[in-house]
Amino acid sequence: MSDADLKQTDLHEVHVSSGAKMVPFGGWSMPVQYASILDEARRVREHVGLFDLGHMGRLEVTGPDATRFLDSVVTSFVGKIPVGAIRYGLLCAEDGGPLDDLLLYKSSDENVFVVANASNCATVLAWLNDHIGAHDVTITDRSAELAMLALQGPKSQDALQPLVEGKDLSDVGYYKFTFATVCGIPDVRISRTGYTGEDGFELYFPCAESVRVWNALIEAGAEHGLAPIGLGARDTLRLEAGMPLYGHEIDREHNPVEAGLNFGISFKEEKGDWIGRAALAAVKEAPKRKLVGITTEGKRVPREGYLLFDGDREVGHICSGAVSPTINTNIGSAYLPVELAVAGQTIDMDIRGKRQQCVVCDLPFYSRTRK
Amino acid sequence: MRPDDRKYLDSHEWAKLEGDLIVVGITDFAVEELSNGNEGDLVYCDLPDIGREVEQGETFGEIESVKAVSDLNAPVGGEIVEVNSDMMEHLETLADDPWKKGWLIKIKPTDASMDHLLAAEAYEQHITADH
Repeated sequence: MSDADLKQTDLHEVHVSSGAKMVPFGGWSMPVQYASILDEARRVREHVGLFDLGHMGRLEVTGPDATRFLDSVVTSFVGKIPVGAIRYGLLCAEDGGPLDDLLLYKSSDENVFVVANASNCATVLAWLNDHIGAHDVTITDRSAELAMLALQGPKSQDALQPLVEGKDLSDVGYYKFTFATVCGIPDVRISRTGYTGEDGFELYFPCAESVRVWNALIEAGAEHGLAPIGLGARDTLRLEAGMPLYGHEIDREHNPVEAGLNFGISFKEEKGDWIGRAALAAVKEAPKRKLVGITTEGKRVPREGYLLFDGDREVGHICSGAVSPTINTNIGSAYLPVELAVAGQTIDMDIRGKRQQCVVCDLPFYSRTRK
Repeated sequence: MRPDDRKYLDSHEWAKLEGDLIVVGITDFAVEELSNGNEGDLVYCDLPDIGREVEQGETFGEIESVKAVSDLNAPVGGEIVEVNSDMMEHLETLADDPWKKGWLIKIKPTDASMDHLLAAEAYEQHITADH
């Protein structure tokens, strides 16, 4: 795909004029970094960062059967999500292989807002429409009309609160959402969610207001150390926090059970049957491999695709890798056979023809609540 | 304009004749592409042992930044007779002075001709065309 075919968010010019390096990501031209990736990651852990997530897919599922329909296609128990709360879930094929992972915002039993990955949005939309069956629901793609920004870091609430009218953000709990006026824009969806392992918020509002809200946040956040953060640091932060990225830790060949995402899968009878349930139940009974973290003492950074060996036996490969400024070592994620997927186990990583010893650890590498 | 006292590879190495040796380094453009202007983002450089024979175009080492690994390619064939091992521990040198202090290796060439390499002007055109 040439650069000319890439989609741009309404903030494209703002990113370019801020000196961002733009890269193709999921069919979009997105900022990978404005400054140093490591400094940007540190800023989010210590202060607050602002992210343009306008590339993400946003769908609205409405109608009398919205909840029942979603419960027939996603892994999480949508019927049990409290109104005003958000849950993580996956959309899987019959064989348990995920088509995407999602956030599900439940406004009511008849209205669920779904956030999908940019690269999978068309697949998700088509899959949902193909499986409506007799359910009375409407699926609307809101991606093109909504901006999506994230504020992430311990100072997120301090940076955002001054721009919010008539709502104390302290009242918005983790994985909860609300609607409020932000920068004079009514009904902005504000959720206490994110993809960095820090406290923070995600905002959804009409994309025509993107530049104004972005600039207002940059200005209001300055005293709290706010700066824009690119996808490079976002990838580092989410890997440190042990969060999967579709196409890396999970894809059609890597199921959510072995990825350690059981918190997003419900086998409860009351949920009813759903696509992929039987396959994933079987995996849960007898998992063959497990997603783990690995750390290396050398300077070399684990990279996607590097092969892992136990002696001469190839046992897996790196799904994602990064320099971790938070725990000050090099980190990676990988699937290993269950007998090797034990914290403290040593394995070899082949770095372009050279072996480097690695140590297996449990995910996440970093937890803000479990330091 | 990059220094015209040396020649260039389109993979962003430079080669400079000093006496009967060819000094090899990477250009400021290569450093910028790897580190995006943040020298702290360079994490590792692997250089060969002294005495190793390389062929023209052969990979003699690797340089790694937070985001990527790049091969280092030999502009000429010959024997590697000196390695800038200080640089391996001080990658910021590459960002500060890629043209002199940031040299990587010295090759005793089997053939000192550098006619196959790009002149400064041609290299300039190459990186402008790419971006």
